[in-house]
Amino acid sequence: MRDHPDYSLSRRDILVSGAAGIAATSMTEGAAVAGTSRPPDAPPAAAVAFKVNGKARKLSLDTRTTLLDALREHLKLTGTKKGCDHGQCGACTVIVNGQRINSCLSLAVQHEGDAIVTIEGLGTPDKLHPMQAAFIRHDGYQCGYCTPGQICSAVAMLDEIARGVPSHAQVDITANPEATSGEIRERMSGNLCRCGAYSNIAEAVAEIAGSRA
Amino acid sequence: MEFNAPAGPNLFDKARIVGKPTPRIEGPLKTTGTAPYAYERHDVVPDQAYGYIVGSAIAKGRILSMDSAQAQAAPGVLGIVTALGTPPVGKPATNNAPLFGGPDVAHYHQAIACVVAETFEQARAAAGLIRTRYERAGGRHDLEALVPGAPLAKGRDGRPDQRAIGDFAAAFAAAPVKLDATYHTSDESHAMMEPHATIAAWQGDRLTLWTSNQMIAWSKAAMAEVLAMDPAKIRLDSPYVGGGFGGKLFVRADAVLAALAARKVGRPVKVALQRPLMPNNTTHRPATIQRIRIGAEKDGRIVAIAHENWSGNIGGEDGENGSAQTARMYAAPNRLTANYTAQIDLPEGNAMRAPGEAPGHLALEVAIDELADRLGIDPIALRILNEPQSQVPGMPERRFSDRNLVRCLREGADRFDWARRQARPGQMRERQWLIGMGVAAGYRGGPATRSAARVRLDGKGGLVVETDMTDIGTGSYTIIAQTAAETMGVPLAAVSVVLGDSDHPVSSGSGGQWGAASATAGVYAACVSLRRKIGERLGFDGDAATFADGRIALGKRTLSLGDAGILSAEDSISFGPFKREYDVGTYAGHFAEVAVHAYTGETRIRRMLAVCDAGRILNPLSARSQVIGAMVMAAGAALMEELAVDKRFGFFVNHDLAGYEVPVHADIPHQECIFLDTLDPVISPLKAKGVGELGICGPGAAIANAVYNATGIRVRDYPLTLDKYLDRLPAVG
Repeated sequence: MRDHPDYSLSRRDILVSGAAGIAATSMTEGAAVAGTSRPPDAPPAAAVAFKVNGKARKLSLDTRTTLLDALREHLKLTGTKKGCDHGQCGACTVIVNGQRINSCLSLAVQHEGDAIVTIEGLGTPDKLHPMQAAFIRHDGYQCGYCTPGQICSAVAMLDEIARGVPSHAQVDITANPEATSGEIRERMSGNLCRCGAYSNIAEAVAEIAGSRA
Repeated sequence: MEFNAPAGPNLFDKARIVGKPTPRIEGPLKTTGTAPYAYERHDVVPDQAYGYIVGSAIAKGRILSMDSAQAQAAPGVLGIVTALGTPPVGKPATNNAPLFGGPDVAHYHQAIACVVAETFEQARAAAGLIRTRYERAGGRHDLEALVPGAPLAKGRDGRPDQRAIGDFAAAFAAAPVKLDATYHTSDESHAMMEPHATIAAWQGDRLTLWTSNQMIAWSKAAMAEVLAMDPAKIRLDSPYVGGGFGGKLFVRADAVLAALAARKVGRPVKVALQRPLMPNNTTHRPATIQRIRIGAEKDGRIVAIAHENWSGNIGGEDGENGSAQTARMYAAPNRLTANYTAQIDLPEGNAMRAPGEAPGHLALEVAIDELADRLGIDPIALRILNEPQSQVPGMPERRFSDRNLVRCLREGADRFDWARRQARPGQMRERQWLIGMGVAAGYRGGPATRSAARVRLDGKGGLVVETDMTDIGTGSYTIIAQTAAETMGVPLAAVSVVLGDSDHPVSSGSGGQWGAASATAGVYAACVSLRRKIGERLGFDGDAATFADGRIALGKRTLSLGDAGILSAEDSISFGPFKREYDVGTYAGHFAEVAVHAYTGETRIRRMLAVCDAGRILNPLSARSQVIGAMVMAAGAALMEELAVDKRFGFFVNHDLAGYEVPVHADIPHQECIFLDTLDPVISPLKAKGVGELGICGPGAAIANAVYNATGIRVRDYPLTLDKYLDRLPAVG
């Protein structure tokens, strides 16, 4: 078994590449810098370059900085929210290379060369993304704090369904999934909403998916 | 403006904007991530440093020493505020536990230090370098063990919180049908999505706090008390609040430590409570033990009802009173309610959405279901049979202002297809799922309190409303804009609303389901003042004129609102003593259908319906969201939410969002909410009551009753996790 190439992947490789398929990962520039010696009172900094909402960004960051804090504290893109900082709530969901992730669970320096889309990249108050407009129509939010994460998650989730990524809610895992009420609710369950707007969120997402909540 | 008699016909009866489903006016900001929450306000003051809080590692005792030398020398550290280096700040009147300072530790994760550094990562790393030695003291952590010795709580009038009408004991003893059941509800956490957060900045002796808070005026006063300074020198600003549910009624360690740390390091400091600190550092809803005894005639008439409640709190006062609603429910001539509070050494208990009533319904409305089962009477029919007529039971001087609970239950029964329910449990089955339906009544008071606002014509066709009212997701921005637009006769888009700033007139704030009723009435009062001022400036009687479509009409004369130029008016609504004659409440019929897996015991909610009676509904779109959101929280309390108490060490073990489970998308089906078209002229000129807490009063009991109807198993210990009934499920196969 051990010789089989599929089993030589580390857990991290699987987490990084996600459900879309196993992709090769390379050591980032930041990761290489982190291990070198440094003066005792300088934070371990590393350079990282990625695209955020289509714009090239170059940062020199403390290697402990999460992607979430890089966005919120360094790029001042505060639309992405910090609810728990532990991958438990989904408020920090952003879309990286087309896949949704909890940005609090990855370090910024892991994202060399990545294309990151945040809520600010989906739409603006004057030019809303259809999902944002649907959330407003269906009142799919109340306090608004989980909302950017819900919207980013919903946009990427519908893309996952379109790409045929299976879920626990599917009766037949080999069939192409559809954006049914059950699928939407299952796939959105990583995004908590304590105001309890779930029923309305499901309707907003279903409207965009062209299905019934 | 004093509201000193029930409202007669007024402009809201012909409303064109108030009462219409209206998308939130701040929706484009919230959905694009451009609404600024407390921790994100990079623009308000430059040079912000990062604070990181350290929580106590013991639940009770003393700090012997704190060695922060290593932390102080760590990269980027600007300063450290420690409990030992700070005299106790005490606890403001609204808090039940001390917030910071001195060697004494009252509860686990009480803040004991705040490390300030140039970056978040540096502050966090340095916080881990503080070495604290404690002397642990024993404490009382087990509510069940404290029940026998718990004293009666102090009621609102300062007397023991016990009320007897008639002769309960004799009537209960003589009743042909009896129920005597005891229910347990768990400690619960608000778990709002935005952690408590504050940016503090000093300018000389003046302090500004950009924070996340429901009650601006209370919290300004509390900060003045904590810092021993003149409240006039403190400003709070909280335009967006990422959820509160009562957990942000009062200041917490984030505000106190941001202020102290900013003074110490001479720079603005921002602090957010780390999620794992929140359940123990902040407040929670205390657990309850509730004993309910009901005696009834065989025809279902209740002759005796007793509801006794026990809970605990750190100061031995201000517990969770599950009997709160029982005085308003079921017309029994012989009644007893009693509320006991034990001193318990756990973190601070304090208000969480519908304090008292939320867990109270989990007991009372299941007891009524049990009684119905025993009597062989439909639970809706039993409730209708015992509905009090026109006045609070035993209080002839308090008549109901407008109570339509029976309509809620009847219309709900129709809508939910209640007739399909099988009275005998365990009769409905779909493949491996046992299906059950449940119902509960809902009651929550309809309070209103003094609230002020300022309204301003900007001279460019716009109307600006300013008040320290908050929008914690409740829809305040929109209903305030609707009220102002309606009263001034301008389109909704012409109104802008500024909230949460303590520099603006003091409102009711958001709590106790009073915000919508009070704050809109205050805005109405300010608008009436503005109409009069416009009249004075342009030479007509502002009270007699009609304001519509941006114009003012008085007889044949019409003027443009723009002719008034720039003008502002400030006023408040206050409520006169006539209200004492009335009991103002909100009412609901709650329905649930569940499926319980016959093999695994897993419970799934399949349908939920609330039919609500709360007077005029100002914005049916956001009001519905308030109700269905509360139904979600009620589902959590019924099925999964429990802060697990470590009874040896005295703390909540599952203190993050992985351990403390709240409902997720997959737990909640499509929900229905219907509002009766009622008006309550006693509440305010708008005849509109709040709904945000009504929605959590009853749905949990409806779910529990549905689980019983599905399985025939009655679990009286919340949450109804499957381990409590799996071994009693009906035999399969």
